[in-house]
Amino acid sequence: MAFFLEVLTGGLLTGVLYSLVALGFVLIFKASGVFNFAQGAMVLFAALFFVGFIDLGVPVVLSAILTIAVMILLAYLIERLVLSHLVNQEAISLFMATIGISYFLDGFGQTIWGSDIRRLDIGLPQDAFVFGASVLGDDIFVNELDVVAAVVAGALVAVLAVFFSKTKIGRALRAVADDHQAAMSVGIPLRSIWMIVWAVAGIVGLVAGIMWGAKLGVQFSLSLVALKALPVLILGGFTSVPGAIVGGLMIGAGEKLAEVYLGPVIGGAIEDWFAYMLAMIFLLFRPQGLFGEKIIERI
Amino acid sequence: MLYREAGQFKTSYAADQAIFPLAQDRIGMAIILAVAFIAIPAVANEYWLQTIMIPFLILSLAALGLNVLTGYAGQLSLGTGGFMAVGAFAAYKFATAFPEMNIIVVFLISGLISAAVGIVFGVPSLRIKGFYLAVATLAAQFFLLWLLVKYPWFYNYDPSGVISAPPIDIFGFAIDTAVSKYMLTLIIVSVLALATKNLVRSHIGRGWMAIRDMDIAAEIIGFRPLTTKLSAFAVSSFLVGVAGAMYAFLYLGSVEAAAFDITTSFNILFMVIVGGLGSVLGSFIGAAFILTLPIFLDNFPRMLGFEISVETVTHLQFMIFGALIIFFLIVEPHGLARLWTITKEKLRAWPFPY
Repeated sequence: MAFFLEVLTGGLLTGVLYSLVALGFVLIFKASGVFNFAQGAMVLFAALFFVGFIDLGVPVVLSAILTIAVMILLAYLIERLVLSHLVNQEAISLFMATIGISYFLDGFGQTIWGSDIRRLDIGLPQDAFVFGASVLGDDIFVNELDVVAAVVAGALVAVLAVFFSKTKIGRALRAVADDHQAAMSVGIPLRSIWMIVWAVAGIVGLVAGIMWGAKLGVQFSLSLVALKALPVLILGGFTSVPGAIVGGLMIGAGEKLAEVYLGPVIGGAIEDWFAYMLAMIFLLFRPQGLFGEKIIERI
Repeated sequence: MLYREAGQFKTSYAADQAIFPLAQDRIGMAIILAVAFIAIPAVANEYWLQTIMIPFLILSLAALGLNVLTGYAGQLSLGTGGFMAVGAFAAYKFATAFPEMNIIVVFLISGLISAAVGIVFGVPSLRIKGFYLAVATLAAQFFLLWLLVKYPWFYNYDPSGVISAPPIDIFGFAIDTAVSKYMLTLIIVSVLALATKNLVRSHIGRGWMAIRDMDIAAEIIGFRPLTTKLSAFAVSSFLVGVAGAMYAFLYLGSVEAAAFDITTSFNILFMVIVGGLGSVLGSFIGAAFILTLPIFLDNFPRMLGFEISVETVTHLQFMIFGALIIFFLIVEPHGLARLWTITKEKLRAWPFPY
């Protein structure tokens, strides 16, 4: 039982990290209907800049601010150079454009900062600690970093929720998400809204990048974490912030439990595909994901 | 002036329904085929055939397969690499189990096996649409590759992990030189491309396009979504599976799952979108573009006399590749094949466009 709980908590906490990446996707999809494949590349890009600034001797807080500035500039450039030329194109063209962006960012970040694995050490705890002293007589070990990540993710979601519901920009974002044309007709500037949402996604990417970077080191494989965020997205629904969190938890826990309990039966390393299969089977029963908006078809 | 249809009257339905109704198109096609069948094998050296022409033709076939699914039937798929791998491993199993079997038959059977797998993974498409489906097809990609690596039966318990493809011969001719491999590839690809072109012009192809444009409306006018969508998955996976088998046997010379990873899937999707969704010609143009671009980027700095470290070159390639994809999407969102269509329209009215 204790072992089960340990695997479960481990999985849930890894799931939180998936959620952090998925959050960025959801933000952009909600506001602009763009399926942003570049989110993973943005995570890597932000982490590379952050760790690069730290290695240059810049204090942690200042490098975070600098990286945020870089991500805002990036959002501006993406909106200016790419998205504004592709307004009203089919969703698949926009999707391809974001794949192009992701290639570009992967190349650009590594051209500047090199492709070595960089350790990210900003004092985040790395040890496992004993949690809940004893459950049924056994100790449960939990990774401290994962707990920090979970707290950060929770705080981020809270901030985003307040941002979306209380601020003027947040309301404008929700209006744009509901209906582009109606939003424009009441005077919401679509382009600056898109820029803001990409910037916010970039900052969420930075947070995800710091967490993943502290866990795995900052390296190219961070960019591939995005692929794992996709099943999280479809489980939770593309348009739902809480969906991204719940989806992440389900995928994280499901994947770890499957690896431990199902893995030995059908041969290991099922972590690679289990999340996708889970998401696919889930979709058969609920095509719009857990919290996605109901798909209404008109002719 | 030269390219116009004035004076070319169609006096029968057959003439009206021809693939190339214009005499100029027929001549152009004949020239392309003559170049491909006669001039290239006579002129090109082994390097050109082996590193450019053969992979170009094979990837064109894979892109054509994906184009059937994504361009014609509107079902976005990221699992192309997985289906190619199924084709490659199926061909390996058949070629080693029945060594006397004709290799073309082996390719076709592995295509059929891939089609069967495609139908299984196509079933969710009946419920799921758009990007949700794209993510579901990722399940096919990762699951199939995992399965093929995990169970040694698929590679005859070979411990090395990289299995060389068995030698090929057809009707007594050994297919071992670059020219013979090229000819075999060219014949298979041309026949399948012609078949696909005709298929998309038929009732079946019209069904796919109706489903793509609006599936509910298509259902109302009498196309059954079940058979239409699954037939698109089957045909697509068949073409992709044959392409995968040829990729392993005629290009790589080895059967390995690593060659069909997610990057391959993305590259083929790039080919389809850059070339043109819903266009047979576009599949070929896209494949040529995406395949030759990295080769060009590899050699370009050296031509200019720059010496850059290999690592930087790789990263710069990533950047330029990404930037060019974006550039082409902005300039021509409907793909390069559309440029050719526009050119043709202009040529017909030239020199008096009003």
